[in-house]
Amino acid sequence: MSDADTRLIAMLGSIPYARFIGMRAELAGDEMTAILPFSDHIVGNPMLPAIHGGVLGAFMEMTALAQLSVAEPLKRQPRTIDVSIEYLRSGRPLTTFARAQIKKVGRRIANVHVEAWQEQRAAPIAALRGHFLLTSAED
Amino acid sequence: MSNDFSSADQHRLIANTMNEGSPQARALGFQTLEIGEAVAILKVPYRPEIVGDPETGVIAGGVVTTLLDHASGQAVHAALTEWTSIATLDLRIDYMRPAQPGRDVLARAHCYKVTRSVAFVRAVAYEDDPDDPIAAAQAAFMLDSSAGKKPGANFKPPRDKAESAQ
Repeated sequence: MSDADTRLIAMLGSIPYARFIGMRAELAGDEMTAILPFSDHIVGNPMLPAIHGGVLGAFMEMTALAQLSVAEPLKRQPRTIDVSIEYLRSGRPLTTFARAQIKKVGRRIANVHVEAWQEQRAAPIAALRGHFLLTSAED
Repeated sequence: MSNDFSSADQHRLIANTMNEGSPQARALGFQTLEIGEAVAILKVPYRPEIVGDPETGVIAGGVVTTLLDHASGQAVHAALTEWTSIATLDLRIDYMRPAQPGRDVLARAHCYKVTRSVAFVRAVAYEDDPDDPIAAAQAAFMLDSSAGKKPGANFKPPRDKAESAQ
């Protein structure tokens, strides 16, 4: 197992809320895919049914944090400064996937974009852009 | 008597339905403390399972996101005289400081503008004082979002397809 794998598993395993919603992640080389299996307790609208928008936002925020932990060793979890979430399609009762792209990592701040999809990668259900405050392992 | 059913009753009913009927809201234990006149105040009780950073015991940012989204939705309903389906279009959140470990988090949302198709909301999350916020949010909601959708509509694929799939 690579260092990045170890960091990813440790990072997600350490977040109680990631376990609460049932989130996990897989690494293929340096590419990480976050996975949110469908479960009844993540539903927001039981009529359709649709996954709660807050859960999708939380899932994408933790995807960004996980991607940052994969990219470089951090002494502790980055702190979220702000997120901007766009809801594109209703979250259906299916497995949701997400991938994050780190657009910039500065000395203190990282900018990360995340996209979440279900059956079709090209038909994202939600997107997130966020800024995160970093504390590197050297500090 | 249906004539005695006030808008305050209706707003309270919607709040209870959104808290009890929404599995995620129920799983997080959301409660509506106040609702009416375009404002909703909700609470999420602290518990260890919803922590984001185990070193500090601070509640996960994602839980605050869900609370702000849910409170904002109820504020939209509290600004309307008739119930309509709504869906979050976008949600922007600034995190000013970590929540205090071990404390319940509240969210106060105000729907300050409703147009024919869209409602606009501002919200803050806090423990004691809305003027000392943990996070602040700005959201837009689409109104009548489930127009024509039947219950169970999401079990079927949507009609719209990705550009590349055409």
